[in-house]
Amino acid sequence: MGDPILSVENIKKSFNGVPILKGVDLCLNKGEIKILIGPSGAGKSTLLQCMNCLVPPDSGKFRLEERTVDITNKRELYVYRQQVGMIFQDFNLFDHLTALDNLTIALRKVKKMGKKEATARALAELSRVGLEEKTHLYPAQLSGGQKQRVAIARALTMDPKVLLLDEPTSALDPEVMGEVIDVIRNLAKRGMTMIMATHQINLIRTLADEILFMESGAVVEQGQPKVLLVPGTRSQGFCDKLDILTGKIK
Amino acid sequence: MLSPFYQELVSSLNRGLLMSLYLIIPSAVGGILLGIIVGCFRAFGNTFVRKMCDTYAAIFRGTPLVVQLFILYFGLPNIGICLSSYTAAVLGFVLCSGAYQSEYIRGALLSIKQNQYSAAQALGFSRFQSIVWIIIPQALRKALPGCSNEIIYLIKYSSLAYVVTCMELTGEGKAIATEYFRFTEVFAVIGLYYLLLVSLAILVLKKVEKATLIPGFGQF
Repeated sequence: MGDPILSVENIKKSFNGVPILKGVDLCLNKGEIKILIGPSGAGKSTLLQCMNCLVPPDSGKFRLEERTVDITNKRELYVYRQQVGMIFQDFNLFDHLTALDNLTIALRKVKKMGKKEATARALAELSRVGLEEKTHLYPAQLSGGQKQRVAIARALTMDPKVLLLDEPTSALDPEVMGEVIDVIRNLAKRGMTMIMATHQINLIRTLADEILFMESGAVVEQGQPKVLLVPGTRSQGFCDKLDILTGKIK
Repeated sequence: MLSPFYQELVSSLNRGLLMSLYLIIPSAVGGILLGIIVGCFRAFGNTFVRKMCDTYAAIFRGTPLVVQLFILYFGLPNIGICLSSYTAAVLGFVLCSGAYQSEYIRGALLSIKQNQYSAAQALGFSRFQSIVWIIIPQALRKALPGCSNEIIYLIKYSSLAYVVTCMELTGEGKAIATEYFRFTEVFAVIGLYYLLLVSLAILVLKKVEKATLIPGFGQF
């Protein structure tokens, strides 16, 4: 630890004068997994989208591996985004492309890779998430879990240094949630640096190096699970409620 | 054997049909291309470009095609631009068709979900790349039924080329009708020719729609 990859400072964002993020600071070290929790409307999703400027923040400083990123410079921003992968709640696969082409199009258009090389790379990533049989199916022909696995494979083809995951399992039914969670666990094993918003209680408990509890646009609690998940903290209260929902506590 | 009247009618109409095809095919292709470009500018351009393209569409959708053709053929020579009747007709059709096509394209572009754009951006696509490689391919498929409709209109309004002395199907037929004073038969046959052309176009456009179909995209 202590080898920062991505740090953001003082991210602020308001929509129509309503502050959604009130100056968030965040630093991700290499191989670290941070998990964002907190009630709906706390700003978790906005924070993740600000971190790769899909939602341009009103203010904020970005540093990726020692280098300050000027997000107002388009070219710099596009290169930055290639290195900061994003996984969406609703998968956001390209509807008009097969699973394979969802991966190759970014390699070919953004990384300017040749067709053969791109296809080989894409096939490797797809088989790593267990979808080598589904390469020629369109998004509409895939289940939710398969779609999310394609989306993760697509993000990985860009060799990102950090992955932002915005509630990756929230749109999935319990039957297929497991296959996506397995893929995320595998990523963690391979040392991928990640920041993830999730309500998946076992991911929070088992994966998090650090938990960030957000409320009304600010991080109100922050710490390692063993420090934070003790009686009396907001985070523990929140996780208890998740446990009640999943039936672990009656 | 056909009577001399019908022999002359058929040979004139066939000549006219060929000219009609020469008019329709480049006009349809040009109209679609112009429609895509203008439609994109109207959906994604900056304020200035958008206003310019909106104005173009408003003018060409808001004035009769005959007026546009007259201005191109008889009006432009006043400022030193002389177009052949064929060029004037094709130009008029492309400009008019492009204006309508841009509206179908614009509607389709705006119907593409924002998340498709976000996904492309998140992978490092530039705005231009996102639009060209993700948004447009999806939008074109959605616009296809509307664009086909416009091509079918174009086939029929190509009959206006004869007012700028470009002798296509209707022009040739009208000459025969006037010569023999047999309007009913002549225009009935002309109508059949157009019906045939349109049916053929529908067949081809359906094939295109089928060939570009993607499972689960734009179908129920």
